[in-house]
Amino acid sequence: MKIKQLSIFLQNKMGSLAKPLEVLTVADVNIRAMCMADTSEFGILRLVVDDPEKGKEALEQNNFLVKMTEIIGVEMNDAPGGLTSVLNIIKDNNIDLEYLYAFSHDKSEKAILLLHADDIDNLIDVLTKNNITIVESEEVYNL
Amino acid sequence: MMWNEEIETMSRQDLEELQLKKLQSTVKRAFDKIPYYNKKYSEAEVFPEDIETLKDIEKLPFITKDDLRESYPFGLFAVDISEIKELHSSSGTTGKPVVSGYTEKDLDTWAETIARGLTMMGIGKDDILQNTHGYGMFTGGFGVHYGSHKVGAAIIPISTGQTRRQIEIMQDFGTTGLIFTPSYGIHIGEVALEDGINPKDLGIKAIGFGAEMWTEEIRQRVEEIFGAKAYNIYGLTELTGPGVGVECEAQNGLHIAEDIYYPEIIDPDTQEVLGENQKGELVLTNLEREGMPVIRFRTKDLTKITYEKCECGRTHARMSRITGRSDDMIKVKGVAIFPSQIEKALLRAGDVEPHYLIIVTRPGTLDEIEVKVEVSQDIFFDGVKEMVSVQKKIAKSIENETGIRVKVTLVEPKTLPRFEGKAKRVIDERNLH
Repeated sequence: MKIKQLSIFLQNKMGSLAKPLEVLTVADVNIRAMCMADTSEFGILRLVVDDPEKGKEALEQNNFLVKMTEIIGVEMNDAPGGLTSVLNIIKDNNIDLEYLYAFSHDKSEKAILLLHADDIDNLIDVLTKNNITIVESEEVYNL
Repeated sequence: MMWNEEIETMSRQDLEELQLKKLQSTVKRAFDKIPYYNKKYSEAEVFPEDIETLKDIEKLPFITKDDLRESYPFGLFAVDISEIKELHSSSGTTGKPVVSGYTEKDLDTWAETIARGLTMMGIGKDDILQNTHGYGMFTGGFGVHYGSHKVGAAIIPISTGQTRRQIEIMQDFGTTGLIFTPSYGIHIGEVALEDGINPKDLGIKAIGFGAEMWTEEIRQRVEEIFGAKAYNIYGLTELTGPGVGVECEAQNGLHIAEDIYYPEIIDPDTQEVLGENQKGELVLTNLEREGMPVIRFRTKDLTKITYEKCECGRTHARMSRITGRSDDMIKVKGVAIFPSQIEKALLRAGDVEPHYLIIVTRPGTLDEIEVKVEVSQDIFFDGVKEMVSVQKKIAKSIENETGIRVKVTLVEPKTLPRFEGKAKRVIDERNLH
């Protein structure tokens, strides 16, 4: 159920994003979703890929600092208000989200929201109780 | 003008005879009174009676900063604490500091060396001397203070900082002499100019500066800003403090007070004693110290010495300005920093020893230090907030260790240069050499 996300440390300078992406290309690892958190000096590149283990290994062989982090993906309606309804449930249950990003699903009318919180099991519990569909990790890897 | 013409112009032969006599009695006292020397010399099988000529000093083992640290606090004192009048300590903050103890006579000897220096600079009883060196355990402040008392100048013990007040006092009191570190002096000048005051109009006659490395260009700049000559002062807490060497009006090397300090230049690698005008590490011996005689101290400062008589008439040897260090020490804002301190701070902040590089720059007039740290698994977190706090924690840890605020930059693994053998930890971009 939990998705293995790759977090990569990068310096914030010109061209620093190109290198890890090229490493993944060479290793034939496909990126499903990505987001970048940055400060003026450094950034953390977060990737969901089709084969996290292989991606991590390839990046590490090329001296990148990679951490595997668990996140979850939930399905939401790809329509106005879809995101808000999920976030309201999280807020009402006092869960502090660390970060989130989203991408649209190839399933029609659906989007996938990727979430990370300190207590990920609690997050899963709360969402399940509120009838939110949590996407199987394999489904995200193999989109 | 000379403070002590008889001593300062003594013939080399007479001076060397005087040095030998003082060396013999210093070695004897150290051997008899200080267990450290007794043990060390006995192990090396060299005894006070083996010192028959000045050259025989080479038979004695060196003493290093580490030896002094191990004797913390009073292990190298040759007298009872009842004889000690004052205690100082070095600014170095790695492990135990080095303590210096002074008897009444030692304080007078210290003042004597500074008095000679101030006289070289043209400072005398009619002058008002503003001392911006810090007062406290740092020897810079009090050394100048005592010397100023001896020559009879009016000393203003203002210490460092409060730059606008410094300028106001210069104007109101009519300061004629200034003591500062070159970078702080340039800073004072710039602040004055910002406030519409031309430092040249302050009426400064002479400037004494030291406590950090400088270049001829920096001296020229200081002299241009204040319209006064600037003279280099050298010294170190381990040996007493400032006053080991001071420049005369010829500004062509610092006269070492040779009746008080015996200088040698060695090759820092082979430890062989080098000749005149050969560049190497300065080794100093106290010839006149009661409280804590230090014999053959490796200063790690690189310089060379000439024994040629100076155009000012003084016969005492001259050392050239310090052009570097035989270890990795850097002096920033007058504070000595060793890479080992940065290492220690990193270990404390992250539990691991990361790869790092220290970059020292002087973008304006003040020094800045950047420490680049390679991020490792142990200090990498999947959150910007956590990473920023790692950065802050490292900066704080370095500040606690060195007393200096630095900029910490986190860099990707394996991006800092790797060296075979001894790692190069410091890049000094200040162009001081």
